[in-house]
Amino acid sequence: MNAPQAALTRRTFVATGGALIVSFAMSRSALAQAAQQPVKLPGSLDKTPYLDSWIGIDGNGAVTVFTGKAELGQGIMTALIQCAAEELDVDPKVVTIVTADTERTANEGYTAGSHSMQDSGTAILNAAAQVRAILIELAANQLNLPTDQLQAKTGAIVANDGRSVAYKDLVIGQALHRTAQPQSPLKDSKSFTVIGKSTQRVDIPGKVTGAPMYVQDLRPEGMLHARVVRPPNYGAELVSVDVAAVEKLPGVIQVVRNGNFLAVAAQREFQAIEAMNLLAATARWRKIAALPDEATVHQFLMRLPTQDQTIVNKGNPAEQGAHVLRASYSRPYLSHGSIGPSCAVALYQADKLTVWTHSQGVFPLRDTLAKMLGMTPAQVHCIQTEGAGCYGHNAADDAAADAALVARAIPGRPIRLQWMREQEMGWEPFGPAMSSSVTGALDDQGKIVSWTYEVWSNTHSTRPGGPPGNLLAAQYLAKPFTPPPPKEIPMPEGGGDRNAIPIYAIPNAHVVDHFIPQMPLRVSALRGLGAYLNVFAIESFMDELADAAKADPVEFRLRHLTDPRARDVINKAAQEFGWKKDDKRPRGRGRGFAFAQYKNLATYCAVALEVDVEHESGEVRLGRVVSAVDSGQAVNPDGIRNQIEGAIVQSASWTLYEMVTFSRTDITSRDWSSYPILRFPNAPASVAVHVIDRPGEKFLGAGEAGQGPAAAAIANAIADATGARLRDLPLTATRIKQAIGV
Amino acid sequence: MTVLNVNGQQHEVDADPRTPLLYVLRDDLKLNAAKFGCGLGQCGACTVLVDHTPVFSCLTPLAAVEGRYVRTVEGLGTIDKPGPVQRAFIEEQSAQCGYCIPGMMMRAQSLLEKNAAPSDAQIREAMAPNLCRCGTQMRILRAVHRAARLMTVEIERPMREAER
Amino acid sequence: MLTRILGGLVIVVAVVFGAFFAWQWRGELPPVTANAASFDPGIVAKGAVLAAVADCAVCHTQAGGKPYAGGFPVKTPFGIVYGTNITPDRDTGIGTWSEAAFRRALREGVGRKGTHFYPAFPYDHFTNISDGDISALYAFLMTREPVHQPNRPTRLSFPLNWRPFAAAWNLLYLRQGPYRPDPGKSAEWNRGAYLVAGAGHCSACHTPRNALGAETKSDRFGGGEAEDWYAPALDAASPAPVPWTVDELYAYLRTGYADQHGFAAGPMQPVVLSLRKVPDADVHAIATFIASISGPRDATARKRQTEGALAFAAQRAVTTTGIAQGGTTGSANTGTVSGATLFAGACASCHHSGGGLPISRPVALGLSTPVNEPDPTNFLRIVLDGIQPPLGHRGPIMPSFSGALTDPQIEALADYVRTQYSRGGRWTNVPAALAKMRQQQTPTMEAP
Repeated sequence: MNAPQAALTRRTFVATGGALIVSFAMSRSALAQAAQQPVKLPGSLDKTPYLDSWIGIDGNGAVTVFTGKAELGQGIMTALIQCAAEELDVDPKVVTIVTADTERTANEGYTAGSHSMQDSGTAILNAAAQVRAILIELAANQLNLPTDQLQAKTGAIVANDGRSVAYKDLVIGQALHRTAQPQSPLKDSKSFTVIGKSTQRVDIPGKVTGAPMYVQDLRPEGMLHARVVRPPNYGAELVSVDVAAVEKLPGVIQVVRNGNFLAVAAQREFQAIEAMNLLAATARWRKIAALPDEATVHQFLMRLPTQDQTIVNKGNPAEQGAHVLRASYSRPYLSHGSIGPSCAVALYQADKLTVWTHSQGVFPLRDTLAKMLGMTPAQVHCIQTEGAGCYGHNAADDAAADAALVARAIPGRPIRLQWMREQEMGWEPFGPAMSSSVTGALDDQGKIVSWTYEVWSNTHSTRPGGPPGNLLAAQYLAKPFTPPPPKEIPMPEGGGDRNAIPIYAIPNAHVVDHFIPQMPLRVSALRGLGAYLNVFAIESFMDELADAAKADPVEFRLRHLTDPRARDVINKAAQEFGWKKDDKRPRGRGRGFAFAQYKNLATYCAVALEVDVEHESGEVRLGRVVSAVDSGQAVNPDGIRNQIEGAIVQSASWTLYEMVTFSRTDITSRDWSSYPILRFPNAPASVAVHVIDRPGEKFLGAGEAGQGPAAAAIANAIADATGARLRDLPLTATRIKQAIGV
Repeated sequence: MTVLNVNGQQHEVDADPRTPLLYVLRDDLKLNAAKFGCGLGQCGACTVLVDHTPVFSCLTPLAAVEGRYVRTVEGLGTIDKPGPVQRAFIEEQSAQCGYCIPGMMMRAQSLLEKNAAPSDAQIREAMAPNLCRCGTQMRILRAVHRAARLMTVEIERPMREAER
Repeated sequence: MLTRILGGLVIVVAVVFGAFFAWQWRGELPPVTANAASFDPGIVAKGAVLAAVADCAVCHTQAGGKPYAGGFPVKTPFGIVYGTNITPDRDTGIGTWSEAAFRRALREGVGRKGTHFYPAFPYDHFTNISDGDISALYAFLMTREPVHQPNRPTRLSFPLNWRPFAAAWNLLYLRQGPYRPDPGKSAEWNRGAYLVAGAGHCSACHTPRNALGAETKSDRFGGGEAEDWYAPALDAASPAPVPWTVDELYAYLRTGYADQHGFAAGPMQPVVLSLRKVPDADVHAIATFIASISGPRDATARKRQTEGALAFAAQRAVTTTGIAQGGTTGSANTGTVSGATLFAGACASCHHSGGGLPISRPVALGLSTPVNEPDPTNFLRIVLDGIQPPLGHRGPIMPSFSGALTDPQIEALADYVRTQYSRGGRWTNVPAALAKMRQQQTPTMEAP
């Protein structure tokens, strides 16, 4: 991991006889010329083919894994260490990991989309296997034995005749500086001793004993504390501000103003906060923002110009069949709600900018910061350092940009810039509000014969990826950058249309994605992207269809699924829950079921749960929750369980309570009192996650698979308990009470 | 100059007496565990114990804690010798991003000092002021139950030894 | 001679007692079987509104319990009376009660079997409810979920645990209803007056009570007590710096917040929550009535008081550094940290004027009723307990400071806030009030 203190010193590679050399991605074309390998390499090896970009072994036998992915609290560091340790045959305890750093690791883009195991895990698994082969080769030379008499064992190559050479004595010079091959001597999954184990996470001990684990914990020498003053609302212009009064306050070093960007740096943190408050109090702004009416925002969005794309057109989707049903679903804007507001530390010194940031993509951020500041990418060094859970594109990149601007104004002093809670909730990019409508027809056998689905959404990604206009501060500079026109993420991943294609076997289907470029509120990626609403809608509608077909919800889904892995996950969840047809339930109690395969190609997840709905108040109490999940080869089953439990509880919070609120000018959900989330008394009675391990199968990302199924299962359970079908998220007590009446 | 007792150690802090304790702990005493989450007393990420009671250190001025007994996660144990609450959180793997966890641990520590075997409902009620956004609540509940058992064992062990 | 006199006295007492006993005796009304489906949904809905005005649920539901199933401890100066099960359960609730029995209960304070209620159940107010509304309430309650939960016996000391005494109390204090409108006032005023006198039973908390626990009629709305909070005077003696207007009261009752008064706290929180089920027109009517009796009657005096309060509050606005403008910074307590320092460090970050969050937006302290009340109870309660909305709902959050501040520190803070933000005299009983409060339970679950 990028332990903050280590990150501040120069690279401390061991330079003994056992050399550890890291080199970085040459362009794909350059490589192709050099090695003439047109065949695709596994995972991220394809973009970064040198083995020592991923694995290093030093003169003491310590193994370092390099990943371009970031630890977000999802346990990726531990899982990647397991992959490397398994294929390298070393004790995981001797392996440390370096996460995304523009000067030390491969460029793996963003840690997003549940891609880390697929991209980085695959690369590291294969690289480690190939490194093992190289070590055997080297040992063969040293011991003068054929390779088939050698095998890797706990950090050494051991010969059948008993001789052995430790890795540290094999790795000399540029031994690992070789390009990867398309094929790797991967171990048989049946022989795994590390992968598949619920190894304890490497970061938890430090986190529970006060080690400096987060970007918020950095304290480089000479550091100043900074705060930014944001405008009162979108687009406001700074007319005047009393800089002199603020600079007179004790400890204040400097006020930084650049157009409408306003920040202050001070010696002590409380001084910076007081300076920020005074700066905000004296600032006068010209407000221009006009926001839509919150009560009718979905209709407003659906009337904006769209870029339409038909993503499924199969058979003849015109309604046919004995029974036709229609429904519309919606979700509000949602906040990431990171428990720790964003923070970054930046140092501008001798034409070089170093930024410690919890960004999900330090490489794209580096390029964007460079452009914003008129520097070259080589002059900007971004080091991913953990922050609080982000669940997507929150304000991390913006805090980095703010810190960089202040750092450049005060060269030579590391600047720690911390966002306040109100700023995080007012200015971060939200998960977009979405609407969808669906029509489904059943034949007289109770099978779905046709299906039309339309979804309306803004983009789910305004991540900084080159053009600076996606960075908040850049939009407010004296010479502002405009945000680039947003684009829909193409299928098969999708943005607003992620999981819009039903996974069920339906002979006639038509699915349209209405992409809305105009964004009245700032939006970007939130865990699951469009999948949260689309799975909520599809899985709610499946229950409505099942009801019309007088079928059991679980059996109805199985009726339309042939994929054995999907069926296994559904059956497992139902069985572990104890889902029986026509189970009698006490008054006010309901049960709900939902299933989805994330993006129709990643992790499979089914959720079964029980709720009690209080008739007088509409309050929902979550009872037992049981889930089954298939992520392919499970590297760390407990890690998967942790992620799915978390996804279920987080999704329950979104589903029952959450919505961003706004007036005609301002975002009005700015703290936990105006944006309440789930608290302990509201957490489910129990959550049990059953991981179906598939040894030998591809890694499927599990981080976002639970959000949609949990939401639909809750809606289905509420409908079961009360007879009221709610389709507009959040399913608040007030709305439920209104639906069930007196 | 304010004299602070933190985790049993005396410190002299030269800071404005209005400074919230959170910033004194983090910036002056270099203690990382207590975190800034909201500064409004709404999320509990800053929770520490003062005279055995959980407080929001983001809203407790330095002046209010002079001469009182302040405890943070760092006072519960170390990475080499973790205390029972820390052990419980490690053994249950009760963290995702981990940012809220120190606040959770201090509130749990205080609960367990007053109630050696709390029920699930009592733990939920006690922990309600602390938010977890990652959805780790179920594991945190398990960790508190586990810590209760570990603390009992810790008490029993010296007793058994004394009987030898 | 003496024995004859004594003998005579005994006979007189026996006769009086006998007469009294005969007089208070109520017969059992026959049990019925009500069919929930037989009630008109429109009437049930009307009953729901009245039940929300009365907030039956708050006294008839225990913490964590099923609605209307009873078990909530109502604390009286004479002991604890537990709210009964008013679900239509036939064995433990009111499922066998006829409408006539229900009406007798609300009008006379007598149960179906003839037992007298204690006036902890405010039938001295519910007696004002009209016949039609009583029918609607009956329809509402009879269509709730029946819950089997036996009633808890009252915890009153002898001789008060002898129910017929309640009848004597009624003789002195019960004026049976229903409410009679005032023809000289508007329909809206009368609607508000009716709701307040009847289902709303506002004066039950907001009026001082005499030694027998009855409202002091001559000082109606003169201020009282509820669940260890002080229920401020709502009449001319209202301690609110700015006299309540209809608009302010309506905002307060509708949203729980009024710009010139602040947040609903303590027992008013469940009242505001319950009123969400009541239509705007009725809430506005209640506001209209209360505003008509609240603060100075003379319009010029009201205007002067309003302007004076606003000017004072503005003058004492809290700056961003917590250091108040104007006024003194002195604290009566020596040897402790100054109240001004504590305020600046613990309170100012939320309580500073200018800026402020959309929901947790404290009113200027100079306008706050708890700060300006003659009694420090509510101020101390809020500092100790904070304010929380119901779980999952939007609403102001103020954290509890009971752990962060020691009692001497709270006393210094109270003295500072009072002298800084109120033109009333210093509070003199803060240490005693604080000590009493520390002994009382904070409002959480009571173990059964």
